Amino acid sequence: MNFEFSQEQELLREQARGFLGDNCPARVVRAVLEGDSQQSVELWGKIAEMGWTAAVIPEEFGGLELSYLELCVIAEELGRAVAPVAFSSSVYLATEAILAAGNQEQKEHWLPKLATGEAVGTFAFSETHGRPTAASLTTVASGGKVNGTKLPVADGIVADFAVVVAGSSQGDGASLYLVELDQAGVSREVVRTLDFSREHAKIDFNEADAQLLGGDGSGWDATQQLLNRAAVLYAWEQVGGADAALEQAKEYAMGRYAFGRPIASYQAIKHKLAHMYVKNTLARSNCYYGAWALNSNSGELALAAATSRVAATQAFVNAAQENVQTHGGMGFTWEFDCQFYYRRAKLLSVNIGSEAHWQDRLITAYEQTNAA
Amino acid sequence: MDFGDTEQEAQFRSDAHAWLEANAPSAGELDGLDEIAASKLWQKRKYDAGWACIRWPKEFGGRDASAIDQVIWNQEEAKFDAPGGVFMIGQGMAAPTMMTWAAEEHKARYLPKLASGEEIWCQLFSEPAGGSDLAALRTKAEKDGDDWVINGQKIWTSGAHYSDYGILVVRTDPNVPKHKGLSYFFLDMKSPGVEIKPIKQISGGANFNEVYFTDVRIPDSQRLGAVGQGWQVAITTLMNERASIGGGGGGVNVDLAYRIANKVNIDGKPATEDSAVRAKLANWYVQEAGLRFTGYRSMTALSRGEIPGPENSIGKLVGAPKSQAMASFCMDLLEMTGAIWDPELSEEAGLLQASYMAAPGGRIAGGTDEIMANIIAERVLGLPQDVRVDKGIPFSEVPTGSS
Repeated sequence: MNFEFSQEQELLREQARGFLGDNCPARVVRAVLEGDSQQSVELWGKIAEMGWTAAVIPEEFGGLELSYLELCVIAEELGRAVAPVAFSSSVYLATEAILAAGNQEQKEHWLPKLATGEAVGTFAFSETHGRPTAASLTTVASGGKVNGTKLPVADGIVADFAVVVAGSSQGDGASLYLVELDQAGVSREVVRTLDFSREHAKIDFNEADAQLLGGDGSGWDATQQLLNRAAVLYAWEQVGGADAALEQAKEYAMGRYAFGRPIASYQAIKHKLAHMYVKNTLARSNCYYGAWALNSNSGELALAAATSRVAATQAFVNAAQENVQTHGGMGFTWEFDCQFYYRRAKLLSVNIGSEAHWQDRLITAYEQTNAA
Repeated sequence: MDFGDTEQEAQFRSDAHAWLEANAPSAGELDGLDEIAASKLWQKRKYDAGWACIRWPKEFGGRDASAIDQVIWNQEEAKFDAPGGVFMIGQGMAAPTMMTWAAEEHKARYLPKLASGEEIWCQLFSEPAGGSDLAALRTKAEKDGDDWVINGQKIWTSGAHYSDYGILVVRTDPNVPKHKGLSYFFLDMKSPGVEIKPIKQISGGANFNEVYFTDVRIPDSQRLGAVGQGWQVAITTLMNERASIGGGGGGVNVDLAYRIANKVNIDGKPATEDSAVRAKLANWYVQEAGLRFTGYRSMTALSRGEIPGPENSIGKLVGAPKSQAMASFCMDLLEMTGAIWDPELSEEAGLLQASYMAAPGGRIAGGTDEIMANIIAERVLGLPQDVRVDKGIPFSEVPTGSS
């Protein structure tokens, strides 16, 4: 049995934690949250220099060709640091979409730039309230032009290109398109979200030049595969955030005195933190399963991804909420950092589909596993 | 990262499996034997072949096996429906305590018979006034010549009625703070003055007993640890409560809940198509998988020769309330017939109802949910203990309730 990261991967974690401690401390998150987007740009540059954006890209396209386990380690550390960068959009989604569906030319064009961090990609899927289906997509493409509106697109302001999910009359009813965002047919505006350390956008496509990514009419299935892969990496970010929120709650409870003793000595607080720990531990263990399935291209990926994702969403949202609660009134102030986790936990929990959505996917995958 | 055994582990697994395949008792062999006779038959066979208590030193009847081998053995043995629960307390808790604290001649006398299943042990710790607050126990021992004379009452003693020996914590000095006035003994359960009364549970079963002591004499040579050191010895016992690595299964699990949900309809469609039902099933799946993979992580630590982290302590805190919630939910799925326990008429032959009625015990026995949360808070997270009003004052001056 070897259900742990290797020594080399643990070294990478140590290095990543040290790097983010130096370059992404709370004051950087706060600066970006308060509008200093230059700090986010600088952090992105340093992250790219570390090679993290190149982690799983093959060497022939300028990447480091590390395994997905390394990427999981990086994701967890970015989650701990609540890093205010487009890493998930660009690496877990845009890069993965091109790796999975891109032709040689598309890979040669985009992957080296994604590897160096020079290009930032994102994934443009959501259009309106509720759970999207292929039939609900109003964004459509024909003759190399895409029309429609995507709302919200995570990191849509900083991104250079988007992988756009558009409706199709072919196959499974959807196709993926690569669309450069700095062109006449594209207009973007900032959408205020609850975590504005990650700028979101409303993007209008009006006869924008678009390049088919993968087959016409295979985009819905490609999207589901992409979401499964991304879900594992999101889950690691969420687990990182959940542990950081628990640590913050613990530290505060140890130092805060009420009625002459640390509040951490009251069972109401101890049990709250113990239950946070339990949820976080279950989520982490499930994420190991997800990491294994992602890294080994297992047939169980759909089940493993949903299991990781549901557990991690529940853990992070719970930890973020109870962290604020443990801080009492101070946790509700702008001045305290509890808000970082509270915002990011909810953002990540809906960003690639809600808890309910992934619960449903989990049972669907369970049914398929048992039917097989 | 993978789920596979190392070469050495795979070899051990295959050896163990081959032996089990050839030697596990058949249903016919066990036919007509009660649980104890059946358990003893199987235990003796394992002992004779060197497969009993495999982590113990060979001199006490073990195999000198590693911790990971023990886990592998447990997994393989679980594939055969072999009896053995009656030895759990003796082998899992009494024996490690004896190994740490007993005199050499006592180890040589008692441990091999624990391993062979010839003698069964029970644990006499809890009392009516000392449960979660175990150190508040009141059963007293007074020195009389070379003996100690025991008077008082123990409770929740599993298997007292069929046990040969018991491990016992008593108060030898009420005039010092509570943890300091305890001493630890083992005794012959057939000693004069020991009276055992079964406790009927809400489930209808009687797995536990009250044990009364009236002027029971125990030789001083059967004391483990110094007089007043009983709490420290008891900690050895409690730390050895079996780590349930790779556990799960049994009772109501997601597979069973899914099967039931698939059989019953909500608004004319299988309940498995209902989104609220799916969400609940998904949450329980996440918990089951989380515990399973936490077990794999512990196994990895063992496999690397490390001691598993404290993450293993969450099993009972998650598993017990989950069993209760799932039994309750499955009965809800059946709607009005959910109340039927009659095995002829109920779904799953009464398993759901039995599980529901047994579930409160799971949340209490071996540390209540609340105590488990305290343990995680204090030992894992390092949070401070609650303020204790009995701290530092003689036990005899500690305030008590009416019972």
